[in-house]
Amino acid sequence: MSHSTTRTTAALGEAAHDPVPAIAGIPAAPIAAERARPAAGRFAPVAWARANLFSGWLSTAVTLALIYLIARWAIGFFDWAVLHAVWSVPQTEAGPDASACRDAKGVGACWAMIGDKYRFILFGRYTYEEQWRPAIVIALFIGLYAISAMRRFWRKELLLIWIVALTAIGVLMWGGVAGLEFVPQDSWGGLPITLILSTFGLAFAFPLAVLVALGRRSTAMPAVRMLCVLYVELIRGVPLITLLFMASVMFPLFMPEGFNPDKLLRAQVAIILFAGAYLAEVVRGGLQALPKGQYEAADALGLSYWKKTGLIVLPQALRLVIPPLVNTFIGFFKDTSLVLIIGIFDLLLAGKVAITDPVWQAYSTELYLVLAVIYFAFCYVMSRYSRGLEQEFRRTARR
Amino acid sequence: MKRITLLGALLLGAGLAFSPPAAAQGSGSATIDTIKSRGQLVCGVSTGVAGFSLADSKGVTQGIDADTCRAVAAAILGDANKVRFVPTTTTNRFTALQSGELDMLVRSTTWTLGREGNLGLLFAGVNFYDGTGFLVKSAAGVKSVKDLDGATICVQPGTSTELAIADYFRLNKLKFTPVLIQDLAEIQNTYLAGRCDSYSTDASGLASFRFQQGPKAEEHVLLPEIISKEPLGMMVRKGDDKFFDLVRWTLFAMIQAEESGVSSKNIDEMLKSTNPDIRRLVGTEGDLGKALGVDNRWAVNVIRGVGNYGEMWDRTVAPLGNPRGINNLWNKGGLHYPPPIR
Repeated sequence: MSHSTTRTTAALGEAAHDPVPAIAGIPAAPIAAERARPAAGRFAPVAWARANLFSGWLSTAVTLALIYLIARWAIGFFDWAVLHAVWSVPQTEAGPDASACRDAKGVGACWAMIGDKYRFILFGRYTYEEQWRPAIVIALFIGLYAISAMRRFWRKELLLIWIVALTAIGVLMWGGVAGLEFVPQDSWGGLPITLILSTFGLAFAFPLAVLVALGRRSTAMPAVRMLCVLYVELIRGVPLITLLFMASVMFPLFMPEGFNPDKLLRAQVAIILFAGAYLAEVVRGGLQALPKGQYEAADALGLSYWKKTGLIVLPQALRLVIPPLVNTFIGFFKDTSLVLIIGIFDLLLAGKVAITDPVWQAYSTELYLVLAVIYFAFCYVMSRYSRGLEQEFRRTARR
Repeated sequence: MKRITLLGALLLGAGLAFSPPAAAQGSGSATIDTIKSRGQLVCGVSTGVAGFSLADSKGVTQGIDADTCRAVAAAILGDANKVRFVPTTTTNRFTALQSGELDMLVRSTTWTLGREGNLGLLFAGVNFYDGTGFLVKSAAGVKSVKDLDGATICVQPGTSTELAIADYFRLNKLKFTPVLIQDLAEIQNTYLAGRCDSYSTDASGLASFRFQQGPKAEEHVLLPEIISKEPLGMMVRKGDDKFFDLVRWTLFAMIQAEESGVSSKNIDEMLKSTNPDIRRLVGTEGDLGKALGVDNRWAVNVIRGVGNYGEMWDRTVAPLGNPRGINNLWNKGGLHYPPPIR
């Protein structure tokens, strides 16, 4: 803990290799000693831990305290979630007998609740015998995301794949053709609703956003620009809940009696409009960040407005805004759960209704954990993918 | 914002078909005709209230409200399963009915003057008499709400319960400390953990909560006072009196059936009954169904499909531990008093 040790390190010329530069008051000597041995890489984790976790008495105390807390919590959680958990309960005439769960309350998790309700949580009120259809729809959605994520599929045919897949999803969800029983939208629910709202929401909002962003920067058409500004500012000025209420409560009152566009469709339109306004601002950010020279060079080549935008401006601008775009995507994926206030059975509402069942009312923790895992899986994959994409673009840009 | 939302929704909604025009079959009610031509009753229920309307593990809506919808569908269409349940929240339930999205609304909604006077809607009857009650731990030795002076009471914020308690305690010059918790599971755990002396909500909710405690149910007692009246019923739009009549009399028919001992089990024998009251109920005498704009065997369809009121009760709210109480027939100490069917 003295200046002299630090100086010794420096004198040995090891400080330059040290991942963390040695500073006064930090005993860097042991690190130096470790480093002096051959095959330094083998000791890197130890060295890292010493440098970052045990570099002083305060740091060591905090580390130990945290390790203790984390270990205690992890053991407690494991105890609760696995060792003492109730995995299934006997089914009786009157429904599941939850007495085992009641006895384990506070000690062990009641996963039997998920076992009893998982189909309801995933598929909502969809006709029970037909629930293989939304199951396929979920698989289709995930497959669609996976294909769209792979760069080798980034061509015109992808649009065709999307159209085919979305048609298949529509056919599967509604039915009414090819011997499939018709299932009205009121009965849809669970994860497919969340995926439908977010996928269609973003798929329609994104092109809309690009157009609005371009319109907002248009100098040639002031009227269009005014409209775009108005749209963005009005939508951004109110919370999504307000828009959903508007679509769900006010809108039907303005319509002639008997004309009732479906509740799901109304919510979907509200989400598209809302997401559109936010994405438009993100895209505009990209457009503004692009050096003016790019625009001028495109003009000098004599490209038309749409060619310039499509070939020069947008590819660069969108690349710049990948992080905020994905941020907005993730936000909207989660925001779709707000439709529960207008009575649409998305994943969250289906889960909440599942625990309204008096038998399972006490086991909300288990439910919310499961829902959190589902939401996290989707959001985490999205953010990982965007990081990969960014790195890849950076590599290409450097070449 | 409004303009844009409207425009967008209009454009996308334009593809949707208008509901088919009411066929002139001469029931005298536009709503009944629409239901007949659609082949389905569209009934608004809650997103999930146990015992009233709650989707079970298979996604089928169960409960006394759901069964009331099924009964009306049976009366009009002869099939209790021809119902499309639309989940509504407390915020959009009335608009959904006003705008014609629903044919009727059965969503554990309290019948009040304000609602009937202001909303352009009518209550067609009461399928459940509820009221605000108090649950306390039996160990506390509390015998009456009057003993709760100075107590802490767990209650959900923004509910009629909260208002009712405040009014009642002020009126009786009692003090209480509310513990306001929105989430149902959390409020129940808080009460169980002993942070509140009492848990207050609708008596039906308290009864089912107590029942779910299993063997520990004895540790909790429901106080005798019910401090507010919450008659829960089904609503229809104003302006279609024929449909209103039908909904109202469908419930009465179920209650009358219980009173006369007609049930889904003995309905076939009852068709041969010589008792004039029963003959009029099952339509073997008179033209009462026609008068309502439906088949004369309407009540038979209702009882076959859903059962009488008592059967409906036993299937839906009784398993949750609700005592029949004031929901019994008038001649058994309850409030259900169907006018004569003749």
